[in-house]
Amino acid sequence: MIKRLLAGAAAIGAVGGLGFLYYAWYPPIEPVEPPDRSSFSAEQIERGRIVAAEGYCAECHTRTDMGGGPELAGDYKMETPFGAIYSSNITPDPETGIGNWSEEAFQRTMHLGVSRKGVHLIPAFPFDHFTKMTEQDVSDLYAYLMTRPAVHMTHRTNELPFPLSLRILQAGWKLLYFTPGVYKPDPRHDALWNRGAYLSEGNAHCGACHTPRDFMGAEKKSAPYDGAVVDNWIAPPLNEHNPTPTTWTEDELFQYLRYGVAPLHGPAGGPMSPVPHRFLSTVPEEDVHAIAHYFADVDHAAEREKHDKAALARAMEQSKIDLIGPTVDPDAKLYQGACAACHYNAAPSPVLGRPDLALNNALWLDEPTNLYQVILHGLTAEEGQSGVAMPSFYNALSDQDMARIAAYLRRTRTTLPPWTDLEKKAAAVRKTITTIPVNSSH
Amino acid sequence: MVKFKLNGRDVSVDVPDDTPLLWALRDDLDLTGTKFGCGVGQCGACTVLVGGRATRSCITPLSSLEGADVTTIEGLDPNGKHAVQEAWKDIQVPQCGYCQSGQIMQAVSLLKDYPDPTDEEIDGVMGGSLCRCMTYVRIRKAIKKAAAALRKEEASNG
Repeated sequence: MIKRLLAGAAAIGAVGGLGFLYYAWYPPIEPVEPPDRSSFSAEQIERGRIVAAEGYCAECHTRTDMGGGPELAGDYKMETPFGAIYSSNITPDPETGIGNWSEEAFQRTMHLGVSRKGVHLIPAFPFDHFTKMTEQDVSDLYAYLMTRPAVHMTHRTNELPFPLSLRILQAGWKLLYFTPGVYKPDPRHDALWNRGAYLSEGNAHCGACHTPRDFMGAEKKSAPYDGAVVDNWIAPPLNEHNPTPTTWTEDELFQYLRYGVAPLHGPAGGPMSPVPHRFLSTVPEEDVHAIAHYFADVDHAAEREKHDKAALARAMEQSKIDLIGPTVDPDAKLYQGACAACHYNAAPSPVLGRPDLALNNALWLDEPTNLYQVILHGLTAEEGQSGVAMPSFYNALSDQDMARIAAYLRRTRTTLPPWTDLEKKAAAVRKTITTIPVNSSH
Repeated sequence: MVKFKLNGRDVSVDVPDDTPLLWALRDDLDLTGTKFGCGVGQCGACTVLVGGRATRSCITPLSSLEGADVTTIEGLDPNGKHAVQEAWKDIQVPQCGYCQSGQIMQAVSLLKDYPDPTDEEIDGVMGGSLCRCMTYVRIRKAIKKAAAALRKEEASNG
């Protein structure tokens, strides 16, 4: 009896294993001669440029460390909880890029996360989003990429430990977490909403940064857009849990995504900065409107907007605390000397380019991470609001100074409980900065 | 190599990326009107305009200014006769004068945002610009005088 049971279990195991292999195995797709530029129309290449911009391909497929690298040639270092990985070359170089990929191979990669050779790709390549793209969009993207300058360049070796380095295991991950399939319009919503959802959930892969991930590195389906830590910054919640006092309305979202600064929220900083400046400012305006429209629904703007007037009035009152009349609070004086000249605002609403800290998410998030990042780095003229720069206080403020400013602002500019371990956290964020932005030692 | 606009002219400076703007201005571009005060962005003496906004040049990395539009005290007006500079002279604001270029640049930026500033707005924005001679009363007076002149200019232009 026991023998029979064991034999049965073994048989089931074997069948299961074979089944898994059948599921996991993809054949290589034959290499092709790099397609000629003339095989694509100018219109298709232009449509592909827009698709590439809306998916930020160049952001993760261009090396940024070691002095940077050629656009789309890969070797971008991505830190993951499992180890650093390096992106692939997606220029049409036949040896090191995708030059010998047929369109069929490219479609399979985008929709199923499998390389031309049949290797499962690591989900840092967000094929769980790209699977939602239409065949036409992927085809246009192919036309665009295949007509870029070919760059001969290999990427560094991934630092994933065994057994995570076994690509066959990615198939198991897919079995658990991956639902292939092109985006299906939601009939309860209009065309603009569906266009926004299609872009955001698919090509623009917003959830890749803004949705928290579980221990297997998959986006938590139970907490979409709840915010997450990415590249030592907090990607804030994009849903109703977003803590800023004024709502991310469609217009605020549009201004932010198109121009890099939202009048009532402030500028895009850190890893978000390229999204408007490098990409979404170059695509059709109606696509950015669609994304803004979609997220204004995701964050329940319509229900929350009614509190904005009062929130704004309160923030304008808070903006002048300790800046008007004499003050003896040493923390207030530190804030006044270092920050207030630019961040002070008077009623009725903040001046564009004077981000009001009482309205900015950096003060309202659960941790001071983003506040510290901005203080330490500053913002370049190309980030946030174009043409305006914030200095780097890396050498000007100690961890203790930053902790005092953070505690002071949280206490006086928000209605939330104080942050904890501020000095320790300041040191931790400082430690993540490997290139000191400014040498102001003297 | 960083390229930006300085006082209306295109300039490029070949210095390490982490060089503060103030150092480049004074040492490489020979514009010494902007002063070194504290070196840590706490006193306002080194204030210049970047994209029209008051910016502490001592802690602003030059590399962050690629393509930006920078104005120093030398470029405020071709003849040194910007309304704020005129008011400064009329009211005899400076005593030792060390902080005044920073004060003037901060005041110019203030008047752009608040063309008719109240005492509160002046205190709020100018609070980070220190004057060890304690000329604050005259600074406030000059700002109001310049504001009136600029409004008049605006009205006659408009």
